[in-house]
Amino acid sequence: MSSSDSSPPDRRPLIVLSWLWVGLPLGYGVYELVRKATQLFTG
Amino acid sequence: MSPPLAPPGWSRWLVPPAALSVHLSIGQAYAWSVFKPPLESALDLSGTQSALPFQLGIVMLGLSAAFGGTLVERNGPRWAMTIALICFSSGFLISALGAATEQYWLIVFGYGFVGGIGLGIGYISPVSTLIKWFPDRPGMATGIAIMGFGGGALIASPWSARMLDSFGDDPTGISLAFLVHGLTYAVFMSLGVLLVRVPRSEKPAGAAPGADAGPAADAGPGAAAGPGAAAGPAALQGVQVSARNAVRTPQFWCLWVVLCMNVTAGIGILEKAAPMITDFFADTSTPVSVSAAAGFVALLSAANMAGRIGWSSTSDLIGRKNIYRVYLGVGALMYLLISQFGDSSKPLFVVCALVILSFYGGGFATIPAYLKDLFGTYQVGAIHGRLLTAWSLAGVLGPLIVNWIADHQESAGKSGSSLYGLSFLIMIGLLVVGFVANELVRPVAARHHIPAPRESKESTDVQQRQQSA
Repeated sequence: MSSSDSSPPDRRPLIVLSWLWVGLPLGYGVYELVRKATQLFTG
Repeated sequence: MSPPLAPPGWSRWLVPPAALSVHLSIGQAYAWSVFKPPLESALDLSGTQSALPFQLGIVMLGLSAAFGGTLVERNGPRWAMTIALICFSSGFLISALGAATEQYWLIVFGYGFVGGIGLGIGYISPVSTLIKWFPDRPGMATGIAIMGFGGGALIASPWSARMLDSFGDDPTGISLAFLVHGLTYAVFMSLGVLLVRVPRSEKPAGAAPGADAGPAADAGPGAAAGPGAAAGPAALQGVQVSARNAVRTPQFWCLWVVLCMNVTAGIGILEKAAPMITDFFADTSTPVSVSAAAGFVALLSAANMAGRIGWSSTSDLIGRKNIYRVYLGVGALMYLLISQFGDSSKPLFVVCALVILSFYGGGFATIPAYLKDLFGTYQVGAIHGRLLTAWSLAGVLGPLIVNWIADHQESAGKSGSSLYGLSFLIMIGLLVVGFVANELVRPVAARHHIPAPRESKESTDVQQRQQSA
């Protein structure tokens, strides 16, 4: 068996996907938060 | 269910999103208030009644974290996340049934009791796993997860409000909203169940010299642990104390007091933030409007969340005891500034409140790493669960102090900032008590440690417990 056969799979796509999975909803929440927080200075 | 061991090359940077998928979901609890007005009008409930599902949920969070911690340690994070997913989602589904049939007790039982168990088990589920994967940065790792609990409300609050706008706020609309919440959170949390892994080298130090504790601890984002590392950075090293022994130590109770005081002080502001800023500047030339007060509350949420990741990561650099000196000492100073000069300067009031709320979040997020420093990683999740009972008490104590005093001052004819002066002095006192408790924390006495696993028999026993549990 060659060394490339035994090397572990590249996890980077899974890392990117999993961070997007949690990052996108959190980004939406932060965006809504910033919209509301600006009312302190404009409201 | 045996803990899911990481395959060779598994990256530790897959574990924080697994934890976040659970914490971002269960953090929805803090957005319960979105459902209150529709429920009150649809089912003819009082404000006190409509708060019941949330209150029972928080009580169940504390109880299930305290009593379920040992089970979580024994069965591993995947089991815990599965239980959290089932309970939290089922809670919504039962509530959907309750709303559809206009049986309010089903909503209290579903969201509060069943969902509350999901909150508690979900809250502690990733903590010990994260600490084992990030022995070099435990504060940052747990900070990411516990920041998610704060972030969950940021997502759920606008999302739930829009859903109720679309579906309507009659029983059918509320039922549909609960149903969509239950199904969506089940799918979202499944990422955590599928992704979470425990490091392979979870063996007592000395049991297998040179075991696969590898360089993965230094691997950056995107870098999978090399095959030599065998996806396991964290051997059990240093002091290890079981959960049963930990609650018998003065250190545990000192930290219990520290957490309770810090949380009480933060909730004191959080609970009445909007009326507080309005009252403080009601008699000035720049009164605060309702929408500006809502903006202030949103800003406090941001500080709470930023404190969880920011201060907790800072604790990795300056030490746990020092960061709690900052939370409690500087926190008391901030309260003093607000009470003395808060009504004369809006920016000063806002900045002090933001700092206090960032310390509130930081206190929550740093405590698991503090526990790990004192008691080791052996049963840190279970110990954390038991410590969260401090949160349950603080959740009652903080609002009680501020509301009770404000009501009394108002009936005594006071108004504006003088409604809160006494509360702030009490908060300063509580923070000083917490500061002293933190100063009393010392290393745990050797008699509480689990036996060093160097002798062959003990080594075998501990390994078997670790690996077959």
